[in-house]
Amino acid sequence: MTTTAPVLELRGVTKTYRVKQGLFGTPRPLTAVNDVSLTVPRGEVLGLVGESGCGKSTLAKILLGLENPTSGQVLVDGQEIGAQDRMTLARRIQPIFQDPYSSLNPRKSIFDIVSLPLRVHGIGDAASWDKEVRKILDIVGLPARVMNTFPSQMSGGQRQRVAIARALIMKPEIVICDEPTSALDVSVQSQILNLLGDLRREFGLTYLFISHDLAVVEHLATRVAVMYLGRIVEEAEVGGLFDHARHPYTQALLKSVLTPEPGLGVPDTQLGMAYPNPIDPPSGCHFHPRCPRATDFCKKEAPRALPTPLGHVECHLHDPQSPMFIGKEG
Amino acid sequence: MDKPLLSVRNLTLDIPVGGGTLHAVRGIDFDLKRGETLCIVGESGSGKSLTSLALMGLLGKTIKRSADEMAFDGIDLTRANARTMRSLRGARMSMIFQEPMTSLNPAYTIGDQLTEALLLHKSVGKDAARARAIELLEKVGITAAASRLSQYPHQLSGGLRQRVMIAMALMCEPELIIADEPTTALDVTIQAQILRLLYDLGREMNMAMILITHDLGVVARVADKVAVMYAGELVETGSATEVFNTPSHPYTRGLLRCIPLPGKTERGSTLGTIPGIVPSLIGDVAGCAFRTRCPHAVPACRGEIPRHATEGHVFRCVHADGKRHAEEATA
Amino acid sequence: MTMTDTPDPLLKDIIGPTPSQMLRKRVFGHQGLLIGASVVGLLLLVAIFAPLLAPHDPYAQSLMTRMQPPVFLGGDWNHPLGTDHLGRDYLSRLIYGARVSLMIGVIAALISGVIGTAMGVAAGYFGGRVDMVVTFLINVRLAMPVVLVALAVVAILGGSLQVVIMVLGLLLWDRFAVVMRASTLQVRGREYVAAARAIGASTPRVILSEIMPNIANNLIVVVTLEMAHAILLEAALSFLGLGVQPPTPSWGLMVSEGKNMMLFEPWMVLIPGAVLFVLVLAINLMGDGLRDVTAPENRS
Repeated sequence: MTTTAPVLELRGVTKTYRVKQGLFGTPRPLTAVNDVSLTVPRGEVLGLVGESGCGKSTLAKILLGLENPTSGQVLVDGQEIGAQDRMTLARRIQPIFQDPYSSLNPRKSIFDIVSLPLRVHGIGDAASWDKEVRKILDIVGLPARVMNTFPSQMSGGQRQRVAIARALIMKPEIVICDEPTSALDVSVQSQILNLLGDLRREFGLTYLFISHDLAVVEHLATRVAVMYLGRIVEEAEVGGLFDHARHPYTQALLKSVLTPEPGLGVPDTQLGMAYPNPIDPPSGCHFHPRCPRATDFCKKEAPRALPTPLGHVECHLHDPQSPMFIGKEG
Repeated sequence: MDKPLLSVRNLTLDIPVGGGTLHAVRGIDFDLKRGETLCIVGESGSGKSLTSLALMGLLGKTIKRSADEMAFDGIDLTRANARTMRSLRGARMSMIFQEPMTSLNPAYTIGDQLTEALLLHKSVGKDAARARAIELLEKVGITAAASRLSQYPHQLSGGLRQRVMIAMALMCEPELIIADEPTTALDVTIQAQILRLLYDLGREMNMAMILITHDLGVVARVADKVAVMYAGELVETGSATEVFNTPSHPYTRGLLRCIPLPGKTERGSTLGTIPGIVPSLIGDVAGCAFRTRCPHAVPACRGEIPRHATEGHVFRCVHADGKRHAEEATA
Repeated sequence: MTMTDTPDPLLKDIIGPTPSQMLRKRVFGHQGLLIGASVVGLLLLVAIFAPLLAPHDPYAQSLMTRMQPPVFLGGDWNHPLGTDHLGRDYLSRLIYGARVSLMIGVIAALISGVIGTAMGVAAGYFGGRVDMVVTFLINVRLAMPVVLVALAVVAILGGSLQVVIMVLGLLLWDRFAVVMRASTLQVRGREYVAAARAIGASTPRVILSEIMPNIANNLIVVVTLEMAHAILLEAALSFLGLGVQPPTPSWGLMVSEGKNMMLFEPWMVLIPGAVLFVLVLAINLMGDGLRDVTAPENRS
């Protein structure tokens, strides 16, 4: 384990929405993020993976101050970030969103878009904004002359570079990358991934990298957290997770990765039925209806978080106190 | 069985735009036998989706289509009138679209939509059509199939809707299925299931399938044949093994280098890139369209591009081996 | 700075027209918009320069020259469109009437625009309770018959230009609220709004600089349509005698004053009626055209 103090720490973060079903239905609670605790050491990339609806986007919104957690704490550099500190949070945590066609205001010039953080926070004056924007555009690989153009004049990859420039102009410590390449073409995707990798090394950034593409996560992340129905079911250092996945869900996810290797055929993930409705989470271990190794015990008892050599896992198979314990491995 | 089910020669699609003509698809050729899966892979704007719509006869009126040959089981599609096309679509060739939410009609039940094509094309009764719908829903892995028939699309999840789309495409036992990015909108776990389903059903029913995708992983796993499309042209075609093991066109190799390979690409290393952007296809387009981004471009790339063919593995490049050996030597 | 990545070398080739250039191109390619805007523009100029253009004082009565026909019906060029039953020059009254119609249209649309936009944007942006209240108010407003309410209010307060403008301004905000609420809902979900909030931008800033510019096109369209609506309502109120009071020259009032003579001198009704028709048609053409050309740049 790295000895550096965590730059980002989540302690029991929970977010519950009240969802009304139908016209006259009484609101029911929907727990989008359920008691999530994570630590991200400085300079690392935490890959967050999971299917749509698992709560990863809600978690990102909480970190960006767009949503307030129902309970739990978010700590940046050991300091708790309260709901009132949106400006502080904004300086330290910035987002890069998925769709560069939606993340840039079509009515604003590139200069306006990239300089917005400086203007909102009242950093510097008009002359320094111009200088800063030029500098950051150069860093993300765009010529300064794009400053006076509009998003509609750019390609998807160029727009994503603009979004990265906007996120980095205030020199944040943490960048939340929410599927930053999934809307891009393959050849552009690799350019953006390389850029993100370079920027991290250059500026010592910490990323929370949300993606459904496990090959990309494996390539960029140093740690990986797997989310299922609002809970982190397994978390580990990237090599450990990809080489020795412990949770059956992680194993299924890894199996479903289609690498460009002909002749291997399409894997059978054995996940069976569809993702459950988060408003009606299954009893016991939320994963049991789809788990190939589930037993009656899993339907009754929710698994607890168990430490692993470089992370944790929530599964009865790895709990020495459960009747399903499969014994210590490697 | 040796005669191809579908054969396309020199298919060209031109779209008139303000200030000229957009040459969206420029002279593509391919054959497809029964039971075979062809993957057309390319990035946005390569013309791969337009190609599929052209085969189905679903192009907009403004798009000009021409081809030396476009035959489906001996039927000349270039001359087929609207009636012939209607009798083919849904019955002998059907299509699966990317977005199941928009391609299912929200106002009708799953059952109505499933049985519609069968009632239209085949002389079967309502009960028989219903029975067939239930059978197919079960086949695509939908539980409680009978009760699903009275449900509406919004009551189903994305993965289930895509399964319904597949079941719908299969209702009349088509000989050809064209699937345009059928799994792009789905989660990886669901993607694997849907692809596996399509793959197994294709084998079982001896269907020909054209799968249009941008995902090289999908291509490698399900394709018998691969066609790599760039800027309206097929730059490389061949069996999946040939194209992935000896990628000959510089674009194909470039694409393969862009994606990290778990276990092979070093974590955190710099990925390959293809600099530049897809050229404009408006106006006269000559030579190799990839030359503006190709590391091996030479002046000859502006002229006529030779076609290199070895046993069904075809690529177009001025370099005899597409500079594959040179790249492998430096790698 | 050593970046392993190079920017697109072809960047210079793909920089297309700016949004404003594209807008300009579309505006000049849209006939309906050009025709509508020119007619509205012309009438606006006429209204502004009415004192210079009108050949006579619109209030000056001359009992000696009453009911003179327009030139095309045998009148003389001293009164090109003839005179009314009090001998007032019809052309001059028509020219001054443009002031009343346009002023009512513009000011009533502005008042209702401010009310409706504020309500609609608030409902769309904040949602929840605010949305419930606004939706309720819209429904209440839609349940009221505009003409009857306007008639009742004017009957109580007495007709005058100011009263008519205020009544119309306070009654016509419903469409603004509906359209702005829907547009805001649509834009609020865009990632650039989330990005601005994540930057720490205040709510007024997000609304003014991220949301408003992207819904302004819809707003302009509604403004034009409500202008036409207000102008027609003013004419209707004046025709019923509850709008602008004589002797103020208003097109609705002119139709009303001419209606007694309609069988004998149909031009007295037809001329102001035709001008009213042309203005409303032109405004609607302009509104439709604006809707066509201001489609967001990133839609295609």
